[in-house]
Amino acid sequence: MTYKKERPGKAAAPKGHFKREYPFYLMMIPGVVFLLIFSYFPMFGIVMAFQDFSPLKSFSGSDWVGLRNFKDMLMLPTFWTVVRNTLMISLSKIVLRLLVPLVIALLLNEIMSIKFKRISQTVFFLPYFLSWAVIGGILRSLFQYDGMVNGILTSLGAERIMFLGSNTWFPVIAIVSDVWKDMGYNMIIFLAAITNVDPALHESAALDGANRRQQAWHITLPTIRPIVVMLLVLSLGSVLSAGMEQILLLYNPMVYESADIIDTLVYRLGLVNHQWSLSAAVGLMKSAISFVLVVFSYRIATKYFDYQVF
Amino acid sequence: MKGKKISVFSILNYLFLSVLVVVCLIPVLHVIALSFSEKIEAVSGNVGIWPVGFNLSAYRYVMEDAQFWRSLKVTLLRVAIGVPVNIILVILTAYPLSKPNSRFHGRTVFSWFFVFTMLFNGGMIPAYIVISKLKMMNTIWALTLPGAMNVSYMILMMSFFRGIPIELEEAAVIDGANQMQVLLRVFLPLSLPSLATIILFATVANWNVWMDGYLYMNTLDKYPLQTYLATILMESKNNVEALMTPDQLARMSQISEKTIEAAQIFLGALPIMCVYPFLQRYYVKGMVVGSVKG
Repeated sequence: MTYKKERPGKAAAPKGHFKREYPFYLMMIPGVVFLLIFSYFPMFGIVMAFQDFSPLKSFSGSDWVGLRNFKDMLMLPTFWTVVRNTLMISLSKIVLRLLVPLVIALLLNEIMSIKFKRISQTVFFLPYFLSWAVIGGILRSLFQYDGMVNGILTSLGAERIMFLGSNTWFPVIAIVSDVWKDMGYNMIIFLAAITNVDPALHESAALDGANRRQQAWHITLPTIRPIVVMLLVLSLGSVLSAGMEQILLLYNPMVYESADIIDTLVYRLGLVNHQWSLSAAVGLMKSAISFVLVVFSYRIATKYFDYQVF
Repeated sequence: MKGKKISVFSILNYLFLSVLVVVCLIPVLHVIALSFSEKIEAVSGNVGIWPVGFNLSAYRYVMEDAQFWRSLKVTLLRVAIGVPVNIILVILTAYPLSKPNSRFHGRTVFSWFFVFTMLFNGGMIPAYIVISKLKMMNTIWALTLPGAMNVSYMILMMSFFRGIPIELEEAAVIDGANQMQVLLRVFLPLSLPSLATIILFATVANWNVWMDGYLYMNTLDKYPLQTYLATILMESKNNVEALMTPDQLARMSQISEKTIEAAQIFLGALPIMCVYPFLQRYYVKGMVVGSVKG
């Protein structure tokens, strides 16, 4: 971690290092410049959350208004609804994104036929590679008023349901479709972890008379539990991101009450209504809380699971 | 070990997973079926997972849709520019950062500089303002440059570089190679599999994202394919109509027909669908490096 002073002459050392290491510094330049422009500039741009920003006056010319934008944010009639929706949708997604793939991975692990295993893995992994634009199109053809699901409902004698315009159904569809889209990813991680379980453990358990189900419960599950918990901890940072690419595509004013999330609110306030500072304030609130959560979750992950980003 | 008898559990397991596989496939099959069906059958909801009144008219329509091809071109262009820029930046930064602190004394500072961008971001609005101040609005650069330095890919590449024995580097240095030559002649040839993984990640990501096109492009003809698909999906909402000429608007109202929409969705997904079974194993490798390290 820290560099050891192997040589005498402390003062001369750093200069010597630089001479030897300058190619490394040169290689870093392009990446650093890109991050400065596209990650760090916008970070400084959040000063606009404390201004009455207008694009014509830019950051330096706009008036400072202190915390007024944050007060306005709390006064937004929909603010707490949006926070509630965000938490509801994202927490459900976080939990199900781990549970569903975990169950599927455990079940797949019990399958003997390699061919069956491979085919089902490929099918479960497919939607992960598709864009939200494509998935959104698929969802609409399934759930719109004259879509496939409603076709099935009418043929069963039930009434049609406005799935995408219903505050009951929209969040469910958003959550389930998100799990469907991304479950392949965690499933693969879990399967890899399961195959890493020491076979000797299973053999000795089998000798002691444990059947495959008992082995799955008492050996496989405990050995992959750390990974599951770690992924759970690491997803804490995304608790305020409920899936903008998905929601923006599918929602409509009829379901704002149940589907409007922080990111879509920021989008509408800023880029549709041009209330730049107010929307930047909402965005800053999100970034700040997420930052605390991410740092907190990384600390836990590093401390208990030996996780290292770098 | 020779437990050949089939238990009730394993039958149920096969059954359950088979049903799940079918359920996961139905939505995709339905859209494909729609795209090949007769328009009237599609509208009246008679199409399940098999085309009714098989025909290719939806595809014929899409083939003649100039905007579809323009958008495809934009997507291909962003892949052609975005991926190489991505890869160059990743390689150049991953190499020094893969060295131990004792060999690269700036490492800790740079690491924090990079990691911090993963922890905190300015949010959508300041990013939008920065892009517009840089006069990048409505240009291909708004799609390719903002995400060009991808820190996750860099970490992936870095952990791969770390696995390369230091003796190889030392030998090259003794032969008179400088660090750039070591990187290009020793490290890169040894990292082709993980390089391939990152190229695939970057290509799929560039192909799939639709938000940035929607945010940063002001006219329909600059939209990449996925943004165009997303726009068709949202056509009835927001201010999309404001961007369009009457001609495009007329076209749009035709496009919202089910079969044509389905054909466009399918075509937008087709390249990925064709290659992903072969990409899978690269993804798995990359993910495992990234996630199950500890």
